[in-house]
Amino acid sequence: MRKIIIIDDEPLARLIVKEYLQKHKDLEVVQECNDGFEGVKAIQQHQPDLVFLDIQMPKINGFEMLELIEQPPPVIFATAFDEYAIKAFEAHAIDYLLKPFNQERFDKAIQKWSEQNNTKQSEKNTQDLLETASLSPAQSQRIVVKSGSKIKIIPVHDVLYLEAADDYVKIHTKEGYFLKNKTMSHFEQVLDGLQFVRSHRSYIVNVQQITRIDPYEKDNHVAVLKAGTQIPVSRSGYGKLKEVLGL
Amino acid sequence: MPASPFSILRFRILFSIFWCAFIANQAVLLHWFGMPWDGAIIDSLITNGLLVLICLMLMNTFRYYLPKRDQFLSVFAICAGFAIAWLFLCQWLLNLTVKFYETSPDFLRRSLPIRFTIGQLILGCIAMVSALWYNWSEQKENEIRKADAEKLSKDAELFKLRQQLQPHFLFNSLNSINALIGMKPEEARKMVQQLSDFLRGTMRKEENQLITFSEELEYLKLYLEIEKVRFGYRLKTEMDIEEASLTWKIPSLLLQPLMENAIKFGLYGTTGEVTIGLQARVVDKHLVVAVMNPFDPDMQMPPGTGFGLNSVKRRLYLLFGRNDLVEVNKSQNSFIVIFRIPDINA
Repeated sequence: MRKIIIIDDEPLARLIVKEYLQKHKDLEVVQECNDGFEGVKAIQQHQPDLVFLDIQMPKINGFEMLELIEQPPPVIFATAFDEYAIKAFEAHAIDYLLKPFNQERFDKAIQKWSEQNNTKQSEKNTQDLLETASLSPAQSQRIVVKSGSKIKIIPVHDVLYLEAADDYVKIHTKEGYFLKNKTMSHFEQVLDGLQFVRSHRSYIVNVQQITRIDPYEKDNHVAVLKAGTQIPVSRSGYGKLKEVLGL
Repeated sequence: MPASPFSILRFRILFSIFWCAFIANQAVLLHWFGMPWDGAIIDSLITNGLLVLICLMLMNTFRYYLPKRDQFLSVFAICAGFAIAWLFLCQWLLNLTVKFYETSPDFLRRSLPIRFTIGQLILGCIAMVSALWYNWSEQKENEIRKADAEKLSKDAELFKLRQQLQPHFLFNSLNSINALIGMKPEEARKMVQQLSDFLRGTMRKEENQLITFSEELEYLKLYLEIEKVRFGYRLKTEMDIEEASLTWKIPSLLLQPLMENAIKFGLYGTTGEVTIGLQARVVDKHLVVAVMNPFDPDMQMPPGTGFGLNSVKRRLYLLFGRNDLVEVNKSQNSFIVIFRIPDINA
């Protein structure tokens, strides 16, 4: 028996997936989830072989949920209408179901999944997909992170600065920092360039938090934040900051 | 109200330089015709000082009251009138202050026609310049307003289109119907009916048509029924409608977008059960309607909801010319939009 999880905030949407699954005797629904928070827990607990995932859900969307899972399982996406999601799917040739869909189309997706049991490839695909999806306007307004077993949604204007830390990025806020398994250049691309400036190879700073910029050693500067924190500014970073601040 | 030309630094400098030069010029001229220096300077300062005051007054008047095209003759007459009044005031003041005129009164009397001509010329010029200035700034303002209005109507049209299509709502509803067909065909049939009635309502309604509040409520109920099928137990509504409000006339399609905002905001901004509240009362000859949804202050408004609220504000402003009809109350865990509709028959 292979394990299935269905994540959708509409009960009837989960029902139709279950109904279509009745034909596939070797697949068993181990859990249904109402939102991404339940979804993360269920996936970690059951390690499913396949997840049916809706995009638009309460608080965090389907993509943001997947970002929180270290080794995402194979996913069949189902959405009613979401321009950005559909663009992302098409860019990475990932199969998705447009609601409403019929049994035939559903069976095709299942067949594709069982043929493509080469998980290495699909995992790479999922990462690329999430990268593209995070450029959507809704997602560039917030950062979803996991701290311990809790899921935290950080509105971008609450971010003080970002700091590189090996394979992670430290997201500093007033309430302390959170780790996210992404690169600095990812954030540089996703965040609004007029609000967030890469002041240094290892730092991206929220310009609204800067109170002043002081010279530091010979060619360098430091940006002093409202809270008093000093952020290193490289020579090229200084140029970028000056441009954004209109100096 | 347009800005005065004095708001421009270059104009202020030019204006001051002109008058300094003019005052010096007149003093030299009077001296040339045989007046001692002290008398010539006092004369020039008094007469031109008064003239500057009149100029400023004229310019300020034009700021509030711009003459029409066919009124330029009367403007000219007003300038002449001011020039005469100025002349008599000058004559009186000069006789009081300048000793030279006590000994040679003829000098002053003979200079009066020249003074009058120059005064009138200057006042005429000032009147013309300010009329041109204020005409120009009014035109500029009109152009900006026109561009704004055009942009707004384009936005509104786009929004209306989006409202009508509501692809997300439509496809999800169809998906729910698809699920119901297998399990509960009777309910599927009912939902098809509700969805059709709802869509027909959206298409038929004109923007500025007035309907009764109870009609709008019927329409709203269709929408809520569909949403409740989609979201099941998660969506609850609490309605508290005063009897007197039912016959009140309101612009169509005003409540539904706000309710839709509230539902989207509530369902996608929080997890768990969501109760949407609707309250309607008649207070002080106004229909007061409050739409309430739970709210997580950490979450941003879902995209699109801001525009819905703004368009409601804008439409009420266009209909009633008042900015105080929509109010938004954000508290720790609820978001309330209150709008008031004046009695249209009154």
